[in-house]
Amino acid sequence: MNFLTLTNISKTFGNTVAVKDFNIVVEKGEFVSFLGPSGCGKTTTLRMIAGFELPTTGQIVLDGEDITFTPPNRRNVGMVFQSYALFPNLTVAQNIGFGLRVRKMPVQEIDQRVKEMLSLIHLQQFGHRYPYQLSGGQQQRVALARALAIRPRVLLLDEPLSALDAKIRVELRSEIRRIQQQLGITTIYVTHDQEEALSLSDRVVVMKDGLIEQIGTPFEIYNFPQTPFVASFVGTLNVLRAKVLDADKGLLSLEGQTFYSSEPLKQVRNGDVVSVAVRPEIITLVGGGAELNQLNCRVETVTFLGSIVRIQVRIAETMLFFDTFNNPHLVLPQVGAPVTIYFPREACLILELTRE
Amino acid sequence: MSNKADMKKASHNRGVSLTRPSKTPWLTWLGVAPFFAFTLFFIFLPSASLLVGSFQNNAGQFTLQNFIGLLTPSVVNAYWVSIRISVVTALLGGLLGFFLSYAVTLGGLPQWVRAALLTFSSVASNFAGVPLAFAFIATLGRTGMVTALLKAWFGLDLYAQGFSVYSFWGLSLTYLYFQFPLMVLVITPALDGLKREWREAAENLGASGQIYWLRVALPILTPSILGAMILLFGNSFGAYATALSLTGGFLNLITILIGSQIKGDVLLNPGLGYALAVGMVIIMAVTTALYYFLRRRSERWLRI
Amino acid sequence: MRKSRLWSWFWIFIGTLYFVVPLLATFEFSLRARKGTLSFLAYERVFKDPAFWKSFGFSLELAVFTVIISVLLIVPTAYWIRLRLPQLRGAVEFITMLPFVIPAIVLVFGLIRVFSGPPLPLTDTYFGTTALLVAGYVVLALPYMYRSIDIGLAAIDVRTLTEAAQSLGAGWGTILFKIVFPNLRVAILSGSFLTLAIVMGEFTMASFLVGIKAFGPYMSLIGQNKTYESSSLAIISFILTWAFIGLIQLLTRGRAEGQMAGAR
Ligand SMILES: Nc1ncnc2c1ncn2[C@@H]1O[C@H](COP(=O)(O)OP(=O)(O)O)[C@@H](O)[C@H]1O
Ligand SMILES: [Mg+2]
Repeated sequence: MNFLTLTNISKTFGNTVAVKDFNIVVEKGEFVSFLGPSGCGKTTTLRMIAGFELPTTGQIVLDGEDITFTPPNRRNVGMVFQSYALFPNLTVAQNIGFGLRVRKMPVQEIDQRVKEMLSLIHLQQFGHRYPYQLSGGQQQRVALARALAIRPRVLLLDEPLSALDAKIRVELRSEIRRIQQQLGITTIYVTHDQEEALSLSDRVVVMKDGLIEQIGTPFEIYNFPQTPFVASFVGTLNVLRAKVLDADKGLLSLEGQTFYSSEPLKQVRNGDVVSVAVRPEIITLVGGGAELNQLNCRVETVTFLGSIVRIQVRIAETMLFFDTFNNPHLVLPQVGAPVTIYFPREACLILELTRE
Repeated sequence: MSNKADMKKASHNRGVSLTRPSKTPWLTWLGVAPFFAFTLFFIFLPSASLLVGSFQNNAGQFTLQNFIGLLTPSVVNAYWVSIRISVVTALLGGLLGFFLSYAVTLGGLPQWVRAALLTFSSVASNFAGVPLAFAFIATLGRTGMVTALLKAWFGLDLYAQGFSVYSFWGLSLTYLYFQFPLMVLVITPALDGLKREWREAAENLGASGQIYWLRVALPILTPSILGAMILLFGNSFGAYATALSLTGGFLNLITILIGSQIKGDVLLNPGLGYALAVGMVIIMAVTTALYYFLRRRSERWLRI
Repeated sequence: MRKSRLWSWFWIFIGTLYFVVPLLATFEFSLRARKGTLSFLAYERVFKDPAFWKSFGFSLELAVFTVIISVLLIVPTAYWIRLRLPQLRGAVEFITMLPFVIPAIVLVFGLIRVFSGPPLPLTDTYFGTTALLVAGYVVLALPYMYRSIDIGLAAIDVRTLTEAAQSLGAGWGTILFKIVFPNLRVAILSGSFLTLAIVMGEFTMASFLVGIKAFGPYMSLIGQNKTYESSSLAIISFILTWAFIGLIQLLTRGRAEGQMAGAR
């Protein structure tokens, strides 16, 4: 059931192309994130859905209605801004009730709805406060309630957590997900924080330079990145520059040691140099099973990070790091000691090739 | 020098190790002594002297008679004219200044217009006093250019209609020349403080531009606008040179009255002159306090 | 969108008109000294008048002294308040705002009352009167000078600079004259030009203390009997004001969004 459809959307500001060939179909009740580095066109896309920018080309259809050129105040979509954008002259309750007053809803009903919203965001006692009397996290919850009070068809959030402290951010993140699930509201969430996108979304749209790189579930995006950019932007990576010894078998060589990628290498000739990405969490110090790649290296640093221990190793000029979970009985390798690391063949993601 | 001080501190420490070493506080205070001495002599002493004088009769005895004397019709009238002209020029200057500032902040005009307006405003708000009066005599005086042009083009004879540049309205038009630029300078930061997101949030919630202005933008700006207009009020209330040069003391303003009191005691009672001045300072103090109160309030809102 | 821009241009038009018309009128008037033709005769007469140069020079001297005393008084105070006596900040800011509350006409009234007889008979001598006028001007300039310098100090983390200088062995004199003043150059200069703009044409205080020796009262006197010359003086004053404000804008590269002085 396609509820919100963006077809061939593009937007140019003067000479800058902010968004290009943007296509997506969002289902009712779905939580979709736009993820990408700053300046990649996430906000612009969101603002076109809200009606603050007109697309240069393309069409936006919401619930069967073409809203491409509908003015923002007739769209009935809720928006939450990065800077909260609460009206400083109105109390929390008045802020939440603003959209309802504009719609000329009877006063009792407004009060009722505002009360519901306040309890939804767990701020029942704060209706009479002014925004400047609230913390950042509280203000953003009020902004969320204000956007939801009008029962919008779609909820749009533009980096709603990036102005908050790390701890509040995680707290509010699960709150947003809870409320979204409870109301079943279709949601588009813009962020440059991959952890937010992965943990919240049903689907993630990864963007770069105004273009969609990949659309998929968080699981797909993380484990099966379709472009080198997605692989490197989502999660952390070790990148190895390896020489192709046997493309058909996927045999590669790094500093004189050999290992295999999971599949035969396509479009690559023997002797090419390719970048191979390996996620750090997949590397272990424990061997077993002939299917595992193994590489001999030397421990460079051991960093204790609390719940995990990050170990950096060196193979000649190449540096790699990986994490192991901390436990009190862990025997940490000594710096300078030789170790062997293991990782499965499927963990090798081929990013790009350089032909010499 | 600082080394010596450190050494002194160290030896001091060894001697009485239990108490915190006192850092010769009077030396620290000496740093601001010239400033306080200067302001004592040239602000506080003169003010206090006027205040004391306003409670004394000619023989130097305590009296409230001077303040009762403020109620004589000519004095009340002077206060009244001053207040009226200040209110009128604050309102008109405030409105014109506000619309100008609106035009260059939210009105979608190119950046150079803003830069030009702010520079012009800086200059014009400083262009007051004697030369300003000359300029308006050349403009709206009996033989002034605008007077002549209005007559030639529209057959409108200002002076036959009862207008005179030396009158209340003439002086008001003259004051406006520095009032509206001052409004531009004071209100532009407030208009800059209106966030684009507020407008967008309002639209997003279904509001039209009009509703946004009525329920959000104007209420947010109100303290700033009021504060700025109060500043304008004080600005023209204390003006003396422009009025004197323009009307030659014809118009009975409170500053003009005080001026003639300084020159030659027209009221035959120095005490009354001091009371006039004190009354003026009280009005200025109240307006300034109101201005700061309103400014604090609008800063609190606009910073969020 | 289009309509709102038209509205904006309308107000700019009104504002420009209000601003330009009196200047045009004054300029045109100042050219009419010679019957029948336009000429710079009025300007010639003004420039040939020794009293013009004398009063102009006198006011310029007053202005320069005002600037020097203001800077010497305010820079160390503002600096010291930031460094050692932050608890006095509120009090000092309050005092610097007092000239807004006490109009020039009231201030000069009080100054005359205090200093025109024993025990402080300043107005008895030429030097004393002039000094008193300079003191009055320092008070008038106080709000603008203080604000300019305080903003300048805020921009250059004086505490760290001072500590760095001290750790290198500098004494207070060195710190003040080799570090604080140079770093505040722009703030001091823009405050000074504003002070110059205020003092040069000042009338209220000058007329009661020194009379037509100063430029403001001189202009006023000309206005009473020479119409065309007074218009040319207005234009000269305007150019002067413009020059001072322009210098400030140039110095601060337009960052000082607006300089304002009180009414006179
Ligand atoms: N109003 C605008 N005028 C000109 N360029 C803009 C405007 N808004 C955005 N851009 C440009 O469009 C690109 C995408 O911006 P944006 O959508 O804000 O990125 P993101 O939200 O992903 O950080 C950027 O290069 C930005 O500079
Ligand atoms: Mg953005």
